[in-house]
Amino acid sequence: MTHDMSEAIAKNREHQNDWRQYFSFSTDHKVIGVQYMVMTFIFFLLGGLLAMIIRAELLTPESNLVDRPLYNGLFTMHGTIMIFLWIIPFNAGLSNYLVPLMIGARDMAFPLLNAISFWILPPAGLLLLSSFLLPNGTAQAGWWSYPPVSLQVPGDQFINGEFIWIVSLVLIGISSIMGAVNFVTTIFWMRAPGMTFFRMPVFVWSVFSAQLLQLINLPSLTAALILLLLDLSFGTQFFKPEGSGDPIIYQHLFWFYSHPAVYIMALPAFGIIAEVLPAFSRNPLFGYRSVALASLGIAVVSIFVWVHHMFTSATPDWMRMTFMATSMLVAIPTGVKAFAWTATIWRSKLHLETPMLFAMGGAAMFIFGGVTGVMLAATPFDIHVNNTYFVVGHFHYIVFNTITMAIFAAIYFWFPKITGRMYAEGWGKLHFWLTFIPANITFFSMHPLGLQGMLRRISSYDPQYQGWNVIASLGSFLLGASTLPFIANIVGSWLYGAKAVDNPWHATGLEWTTSSPPPRDNFEEIPVVNRPPYDYGDPKYSFVENSDNAESNR
Amino acid sequence: MFSFFEYVLIAFYVAGLLIVSRWIGQQAFSWMPPQATAEAQRVDDLFSFLVSIGAFILLGLVGVIVYAIAFHRASPEDYSEGHPSRGNGKLEILWTATPTLLVVWIALQSFNIYQQLDILGLNQIVHLHTPLESAPAYAATVSDVPKPASETIDVFVKQWDWSFRYPNNVTSKELHLPINRSTRLNMQAQDVIHGFYVPEFRLKQDIVPGRKIDIVLTPIRPGKYRLKDSQFSGTYFALMEADVYVESLDKYNQWLAQTVSSETANDKNQAVAENIQPPKTLFKSGWHTITPPQPAIANQRKINNDT
Ligand code: HEM
Ligand SMILES: [Cu+2]
Ligand SMILES: [Cu+2]
Repeated sequence: MTHDMSEAIAKNREHQNDWRQYFSFSTDHKVIGVQYMVMTFIFFLLGGLLAMIIRAELLTPESNLVDRPLYNGLFTMHGTIMIFLWIIPFNAGLSNYLVPLMIGARDMAFPLLNAISFWILPPAGLLLLSSFLLPNGTAQAGWWSYPPVSLQVPGDQFINGEFIWIVSLVLIGISSIMGAVNFVTTIFWMRAPGMTFFRMPVFVWSVFSAQLLQLINLPSLTAALILLLLDLSFGTQFFKPEGSGDPIIYQHLFWFYSHPAVYIMALPAFGIIAEVLPAFSRNPLFGYRSVALASLGIAVVSIFVWVHHMFTSATPDWMRMTFMATSMLVAIPTGVKAFAWTATIWRSKLHLETPMLFAMGGAAMFIFGGVTGVMLAATPFDIHVNNTYFVVGHFHYIVFNTITMAIFAAIYFWFPKITGRMYAEGWGKLHFWLTFIPANITFFSMHPLGLQGMLRRISSYDPQYQGWNVIASLGSFLLGASTLPFIANIVGSWLYGAKAVDNPWHATGLEWTTSSPPPRDNFEEIPVVNRPPYDYGDPKYSFVENSDNAESNR
Repeated sequence: MFSFFEYVLIAFYVAGLLIVSRWIGQQAFSWMPPQATAEAQRVDDLFSFLVSIGAFILLGLVGVIVYAIAFHRASPEDYSEGHPSRGNGKLEILWTATPTLLVVWIALQSFNIYQQLDILGLNQIVHLHTPLESAPAYAATVSDVPKPASETIDVFVKQWDWSFRYPNNVTSKELHLPINRSTRLNMQAQDVIHGFYVPEFRLKQDIVPGRKIDIVLTPIRPGKYRLKDSQFSGTYFALMEADVYVESLDKYNQWLAQTVSSETANDKNQAVAENIQPPKTLFKSGWHTITPPQPAIANQRKINNDT
C-alpha cells in the first residue's frame, strides 16, 4: 500500500466518525442505512407512546381518558406509524446498510435514488403527524381505512385527516418502490466475484424476496389509495355503495398488498435470525439451501392468500375455501425455517450474548404466532375470532415479539460494525428481559380476550373483560419502560463504548472482513468469495483472534 | 446422527408431548364462551383440534430450544464448532413432509366443519345489485335459492343502531330467537359496513351496504346474550350493541304478541345519548363526529325496501 493510499484511508475514517454526515444528503448506503434506522426508531417511540395511551384507556371498561374520536385517531395512527414508519422502513435501512457489505459491493446500484428514497420519508412522516393539528384531527378509520367509514368526513374540510393520511401513504409507497428497484438490482447485478446465489447469506435472500413482493404488490395499494382519494375529495364513486361503487373492491386491492406486507416485514426478520443463530451457536445454518429457498417460497405463496382477511366480508364459499387452502400452504416453508433454526441450535456451543437472546426469544415467539396464524387460516374458527383481540394478539406476536425482537437482535449484532464500538452487555441483557417478559404479558393476554369475544378497535368494553385488559395494560407500560435502558446503552456506547475489532463475534460473512466501521467504499479490495456461507466448522473462525475484545464483550 | 439411547429418549419426549398437547386441546373448550348455537359446538371441536396440534408443535420446538440452553452452553472463550453438519437430506424431507401433512389434515378438518356449518345453515346469499352482478365468477357460486329456515327476521343496521323486524311486522330493538329452530336473518346496512356478531353463537358476518346478506343459525341454549358490531363503523362503534334473547317457542310467540311495534317503546340508543351528553374524559379532542341519526324505524324500512 502506498503512503498516499493509507493517508486517504485515514482521512476517510475521520469522515466516517463525523456525526454531521448523518444529517446530510449522503449517497453512501451506510450513512443512508443509519439515517433510516435512527429516524424510524423515533417513529417507533412515538407509535409506542400512542399504544400506551390506548392501553391506558383500556384499563377500565368505561371511556374516560380520551374521547371517542381521539381514541379512533390514536389506534389509526399507532397502526399506521408502526407498519409504515417503523418496521418497513427500518428493514429498508438495515438492508441498505448490510446488503452491499454482505454481497461484496461498493454501494447500492443507484446511490442517488437511494438517497432520494430516504429523504421522501421524513416529510411524509411529518405530514402524517401534522394531522393531529387539524381542527377535526387525524384519520380515524383504522390503518385499513375501509370505505365507506373512511369516506365519512365530518365538517366538509377539503384538507382533512383522511386526506393527509392518504397523501402520506402514497408518498411512503413511492419511496418503497424506489427502494425495491434498487435492492433487487443491487442483489442481482452487484455481487462480488464468486458470490453465487447459493453463497449469499440468508439475510440477503430474504431481503431479495421481500423487495420482490414490494415491486409486485405495492402498486395495488397505491391504486386503492388513489381511488379512495378520488372518492373522498373529487366526487367519484368507486367505493361508494350509495352510488354505483363497491366497498369490497377496496378490500381486495388493499389486502392484495397488505397481506404480503406482513412478509415484507417478517422476511428480513427471519433473515436476521438466520444470521445470528449460527454465529452464537457456532454451527453452520442447518439446511441452508432449503432455508434460502423457503424465503422465496413464502414470498410466492403469500401473494395468493389475501382473502383470509375477508372471510366475513360477504365472501362466497368458494373463495373462503380456496383461500383457506392457500393460507395453510404458507405454513410449509415457514415450518421449514423454524425447524432449521431449531436444528441449528441443537448440539451447539451456545453463547448467550444479547443478540442471541433476542434472536432466540424472537424465534420462540414466532412459533407461537405461527401456530395461531394457522388457526386463523381455518375459516370456521376465524369467523369467530376475526376482528377480535385474538387477532390483535396474534399479529403482535409477529410484529412485536418476532419482528421487533429480531430488529433489536440486529441492532446489537451489527452495532460494533456500524459504530466501531461495543455496546454494554449487562444493559443489553437487562433490556432483553425487560422486553421479553412484558411483551408476553401484554400480547398473550389479548388471546383469551379475543376468544371471549372482545372486539378490536372498541374504546369501551363490557366489564367482564376487565381482568385480562388490566394485565395487558400493565405489561405494555413495562414494555414502554424497557426502551429506556436500550436508548441509554446505544447512545452511551456509541459515544463512549470500548473500541470494537473487525469481527467481535467470530462470525462469517463478508461484512465482518472489513474494518469497523467500514471505509467509504466498504472494502479496500473487492473480495473474491470461494467458500459456502455459515462456515462455522472452519478453523478460521474457531480461534480467538482478539481476546481483548472477547473480554470487553462481557 | 443419533445413538440408540437418543432415539429412545426422543420417542419418550414425543409420547409425552402427545399426551400433554391432547390434554391442552381438551382444556380449549373452557376458554370459549358458552355454546349457544349448534354451530358453536362444531367450531369449538375444530378449535380444540387446532389447539392440540399447535401445542404439540410449540412445545416440541420450544422444548428443544430450552434443552439446548440448559445443556449446550459454551465457555466464553470457546469459539470452536458445535456440530459440523450443514444439512441432512432425510431430516429435511421429514420436516417438510410433517408440516405438509399437518396442514392438509387441518385443512380437511376445517373444510369438513365448514360443510357442517353449511348444513346447519351458515350460507349467506348475496344479492348483488352492483355492476359485479354480471361477473360470471359470482353468478356461478351465489345461490339464489334461499336455505330453508323456519323463521325469518329482518335485521336493519345503521350507525350506531340495530333494529329487528319480525314476521308479524313487529319491530324492536331486541333480537328474540326461538330455541332449536333454524332462523334466517335477512340483514341490510344503511350507511357503512357493520358486522353481526354474538360471541356465544360463534358466527360473524359483515353487512355491506347495498347488499342483502342472509345468515341462518340455530340457537340451542336459552339465555340473554349481547349482539355486537364486529366491523369498525365509526365514532360510537363501541356502543353498538343490542340484547339477544333465546327462548322457547311459546315464550317467543308470547313476546311477539305482547310487543307492539313502536319506535319509542324501547328506544334507548346509547350513541344518540352520548352524542348529546359526551362522557367526561380527561382529554377532549373536540374533533367533529357524524351525528347519529335519531331512531326512525318506519323511515328505515322504506329505504331498505327500494334496494
Ligand atoms: C410497543 C408495544 C405495543 C403495544 C402495547 C401495542 C398495542 C396495540 C393496541 C392496544 C392496539 C389496538 C388494537 C385495536 O383496537 O385494533 C394495537 C393495534 C395495532 N398495532 Fe400495536 N402495539 C404495540 C406495538 C406494535 C408494533 C411494533 C407494531 C408494528 C407493526 C404494531 C402494529 C399495530 C397495528 C397494525 C395495529 C392495528 C391498528 C388498527 O386496528 O387499525 N403495534 N396495538
Ligand atoms: Cu394475511
Ligand atoms: Cu356498526
